[in-house]
Amino acid sequence: MSAERPASASISIGAIFREFLLIGATSFGGGVVAYLRNGLVRKRAWLDDKQFVELLAISQSLPGLNATNLAVLIGDRLGGMAGALAAITGMCLPGGVFMYVAAVAYGAHGERPLAAAALKGVAAAAVGLILATVSQLGRKSLAHSYDLVFVAVAVIGINRLHQSVLTVLVVVGAAAILWYRPGGRAAQAAPEEEADE
Amino acid sequence: MSEIGWLVAVFGYLSLLTMGGGMAAFPEMKRLVVDVHQWLTMPQLMHLYSVGQMGPGPNMMMVVAVGKWAGGPLGAVAVAIAFFGPTAALALAVGRLWKRLERWPWRASIQKGLAPVSIGLLLAGCFTMARSAITGLETATIAFAVLMILRRFQINPALLILASAIVGMLSFGPH
Repeated sequence: MSAERPASASISIGAIFREFLLIGATSFGGGVVAYLRNGLVRKRAWLDDKQFVELLAISQSLPGLNATNLAVLIGDRLGGMAGALAAITGMCLPGGVFMYVAAVAYGAHGERPLAAAALKGVAAAAVGLILATVSQLGRKSLAHSYDLVFVAVAVIGINRLHQSVLTVLVVVGAAAILWYRPGGRAAQAAPEEEADE
Repeated sequence: MSEIGWLVAVFGYLSLLTMGGGMAAFPEMKRLVVDVHQWLTMPQLMHLYSVGQMGPGPNMMMVVAVGKWAGGPLGAVAVAIAFFGPTAALALAVGRLWKRLERWPWRASIQKGLAPVSIGLLLAGCFTMARSAITGLETATIAFAVLMILRRFQINPALLILASAIVGMLSFGPH
């Protein structure tokens, strides 16, 4: 069982499932994290903002989508393992059904000229959307100019040197973690550690 | 190994690469799904990914479509479990250990170190996709316009993608 529980420990598994199902069905256009905060912190008050931000930090430092990691962590806090399962299932179900139907429709009509033309526009827009997400993320989490070196090495490793994502993640990831090793100069120079100096 | 078995293996592996977001795994997804197993062509993968940005919920539900495409209804369910199961279990375990990890000095190192690397992975995924999606001046303009609009205005990205579908029909459709 999870170590800490909010006061509202009496939330039923069914209620958790329904709330995440609602968020999963209404959160169009990505950015599910904002919908989760709105639904669970503001509307339901199942957890407070501080807990939410802490769980978001855990989500971001693990593989997996922030949205699904966050659903698991919040579900666990609210209702243990069953709560976690209810949360992630509820959140993924509507989008999963949507994509299943989309795959069927795409198989039947994707080759039609008008559909192909629309999809060409959609794919180009998706590139713009990802770039917007990355630039927003970059402004928030790139603390130093030398962080750009790790960004560049990862991009070159995958796109130019054609290394697998796994290799790049392990090699560049390990190098970056060592760069920020405890007691190292980079770790001490980081803004959060300024008090130590 | 059966087709379903391969789907589970591929998407279980891909899920562990989604550091920072689903797009981080895209270059590897392209290699395994398009080049190695040939479940889809690159345009098909790209289209399903893009359509997935219009749907509700987490932005990688498009894996369900790949599963359906490669292995029917069973494939869709198998891929969903394989893609979301391992990282969910990991999140559950680490979430419970997190308080104890607070005093572990490497925790901050891992968070700070992985932040730029995951941005690099997302960017690399974006470039992989752009290589196929950006085919000329028109598509480049659409991508750039979406980027600038999202940077400047608070607008739901799903609406922009829908608008781009209409722009696509008008620009590239049969006349």
